Amino acid sequence: MSQEPRERSDDAGDSADPPHQQARWYAGGQYEPLLSEKRSKSVSVDSSLPDDLTRDELELPALAEPEVSRHYTRLSQMNFGIESGSIPLGSCTMKYNPTFTEDVAAHRGNRVHPHRADADKQGILHLLYELQETLATIGGMDAVTLQPPAGAAGEFTGIQVAKAYHDANGDDRSEVIVPESAHGTNFASASMAGYDVVELPSNENGRVEVDALEAAVNDDTALLMLTNPNTLGLFERSIEEIAEIVHDAGGLLYYDGANLNSLLGKARPGDMGFDIMHFNLHKTFATPHGGGGPGQGPIGVGEALAPFLPTPQVRETDEGYETYEPDHSIGRVHEFVGNWLVLVKAYAYILRHGDEGLENVSETAVLNANYLASRIEYEVPYGPFHHEFVASADADAGDVAKSMLDHGVHPPTTKWPEIVDEALMTEPTETESKARLDDLAAAFNAVAGMDEDDLAESPRTTTARRIDQASAARNPRLSWHALE
Amino acid sequence: MLDAVGVSDPDELFDIPGSVRFDGDYGIEARSERATRAAVEGILDESPDLTEFLGGGHYDHYVPSVVDHLSLRSEFLTSYTQYQPEITQGFLQALFEFQSLVVELTGLGVANCSMYDRATALGEAALLADRVRQSSGETVLVPDDLPDRMRSVLDNYTDGPGIGVDTYPTDGGTVDVDALADRVDDDVSLIYAATPNARGVLEPELDTVGDLAADHDALFCVGSDAVALSVLEPPESYGADVVVGDAGVLGLPTTYGMGLGLFACREDFLRQVPGRLVGAGEDGAGNRAYTLTLQTREQHIRRERATSNICTNQAWLALRAAIHAAWLGPDGLVELAEECVTGIEETCERIDALDGFTAPVYDGHHFREALVDCVEPASDVVDRCREAGIALRTVEDGGEERLAVCVTDTNREQVDALLDALAAETEVRAV
Repeated sequence: MSQEPRERSDDAGDSADPPHQQARWYAGGQYEPLLSEKRSKSVSVDSSLPDDLTRDELELPALAEPEVSRHYTRLSQMNFGIESGSIPLGSCTMKYNPTFTEDVAAHRGNRVHPHRADADKQGILHLLYELQETLATIGGMDAVTLQPPAGAAGEFTGIQVAKAYHDANGDDRSEVIVPESAHGTNFASASMAGYDVVELPSNENGRVEVDALEAAVNDDTALLMLTNPNTLGLFERSIEEIAEIVHDAGGLLYYDGANLNSLLGKARPGDMGFDIMHFNLHKTFATPHGGGGPGQGPIGVGEALAPFLPTPQVRETDEGYETYEPDHSIGRVHEFVGNWLVLVKAYAYILRHGDEGLENVSETAVLNANYLASRIEYEVPYGPFHHEFVASADADAGDVAKSMLDHGVHPPTTKWPEIVDEALMTEPTETESKARLDDLAAAFNAVAGMDEDDLAESPRTTTARRIDQASAARNPRLSWHALE
Repeated sequence: MLDAVGVSDPDELFDIPGSVRFDGDYGIEARSERATRAAVEGILDESPDLTEFLGGGHYDHYVPSVVDHLSLRSEFLTSYTQYQPEITQGFLQALFEFQSLVVELTGLGVANCSMYDRATALGEAALLADRVRQSSGETVLVPDDLPDRMRSVLDNYTDGPGIGVDTYPTDGGTVDVDALADRVDDDVSLIYAATPNARGVLEPELDTVGDLAADHDALFCVGSDAVALSVLEPPESYGADVVVGDAGVLGLPTTYGMGLGLFACREDFLRQVPGRLVGAGEDGAGNRAYTLTLQTREQHIRRERATSNICTNQAWLALRAAIHAAWLGPDGLVELAEECVTGIEETCERIDALDGFTAPVYDGHHFREALVDCVEPASDVVDRCREAGIALRTVEDGGEERLAVCVTDTNREQVDALLDALAAETEVRAV
């Protein structure tokens, strides 16, 4: 990793590509054209439907399969996945996705329509039931709904459940408390559910300021949303006191599961006093992120909240498995059960690992983060951290990240949480070997101390050079129609 | 590594008070890869193999092999959201092409990368209407045939801002435009109508609905799907402000209800759009390059003032839909849509020819599915078909329990078996 990144030659035939060059398709100064620029065709729609219902024509790319295959293969070569290299994005838990789970997802038994009668989808219900129960155990929760189709959807669902619970108690509460270092989705989900968001400052140790929390809670507090370990990777050691403060005020405690990868086998949100939690199956349980989804964000709740969960839930009976509607269900947050195939892959991952394997996941994730932090020449102001840490860059963190691209890795999350100056929020995960962690450290260190001009010129070896996002936003062109 | 970190056991790195330490077991036994596959596949095999004529919001079309082979390339499958566009140009371009496909199908200027499913897309449309509408109205109108599941999701989405949801009548299987005209007032922020609708009928008077919405400064939201829109008039042409629906009819086979929410709207609402948008820009070398754009709408920047809380969406399924559409091309898409028209039409003719059945219940042109009346209790017919290995469903419609039948390219060849099962206890009339 010590080689200097080289300038990319404009010569299409350049064979002296630098090592660790990012995958790209680049030939003759041309990037892969849009499908519409290759061959489009306008067909007149000659339908058996009456003219007033139908369009006159449809104009879309028209290519034979070989050209379609080459197009997407080239696009894939311009994309960086976890099999291309490390993606140490803090809070994103980009771990290697075991390939066998894709085979399980391709199994014929997944091809079941949700409108089948319960008796005709026992395989589906059985798996849903097992996963519900397994997640409840892992979270220390009494009941789990698998339905929310992403982590943010899980937050929204959890908040709706909390609201229904308070309503049922005749308790009108209007505020959700969120620490300033929380994920942006916490704020947005609370707001979507109609709550006012109260921001909670951190203390000098990077944790919840208990005095500030005491001052913030009152009769209007519906919920406190916490990530633990928090986004700095720090365990909220006062969690029991925090829970007591919130509960004494009649509020509920919500656990954001984004950082659950550090707690497997070690601690359970339910045991810490959390009433509601979401799981990010696409983080903790290794289902592939797919370039931005699908994920899945099941939520777990304590006994008092179980009657408010979305419908349907699955239970075991003498005759097998059946769906049922909880007594005071909030209804649905997805038309069916969210992303079924993500549930299957996560379940397979959990079974494969077992208790010991899961605990080993967290131990290795925490060890890897600590090892990586010990190898980089950056200040890490807050600790002791677990599966992730937030380093502080001497230069603009965004520039540092762009420059790291030239070293064959995906950079960490940048400029967030804001409590650390020029934050580089780093989560290597358990699936990186020592050699890859050393590569990552080398990438960090190669960039440390680069002068500003060099940083601003980076990246140099990527598919595209630095992209001017401000001008793209000022002049939005969002489809090929807008390019004409 | 332990030495470098200065511990003798990784457990020492956990800064967790003893009082909240977990010292129990989950009780899960680790398995080999082979044994894990056997265990999970064994569970899945507990569902019987049935020929499904279901539908009702989740539709099966043949997905060409190339979609799996390309989308499963690990560079796509295992990548993260494109926050570093310089190394994710491939996925960004694919999403840009997906957005372009949706723009072409809907006629609207802006399409996002995806929502979770059609129900959450409708929920987001209601929230969009609440944000963009100038006047203070806050009632969303939906047809009385809106599936309960979608209604329930919509109720959750509209609960926070206190948007009311009310129904308007349908008559003869389609929107009762006169009744809607009587119902709509200036308190209405959005009118929703679907084509094909929940009964499988293509709505014939959506231009009138569009006019009614415009007259009352309400947004007109049309529900449809990516295959139907390949032949139907683009909703923009009859006044749609927003189109929601399912794009998972492309690229996504039956998968127990997974969806790919489609969301498009007029360009005026660009800065109020929920979800991710990919735009074309330029890189430092002056070449066209793609990037996530207008991110100041999104939760990671705007937090509680974001247009939506959505973060992880259905990007990989959008990629699959785009590949499927590219493979079909415009001819293939139109052909597939035509098959959705002729398949159900022919099936209805044949069912109608059976003694004791009326198909379709409603006049009008159908797409993929239709309701069927029968002399026997509909649930008995469903049971009888089930004995023959065929899955059908009943729906409550107009105070009656009716059969719902969905026919696509993937079950059309089994229509003979369906007819045999339906006719099992009746005499087949001479056709």
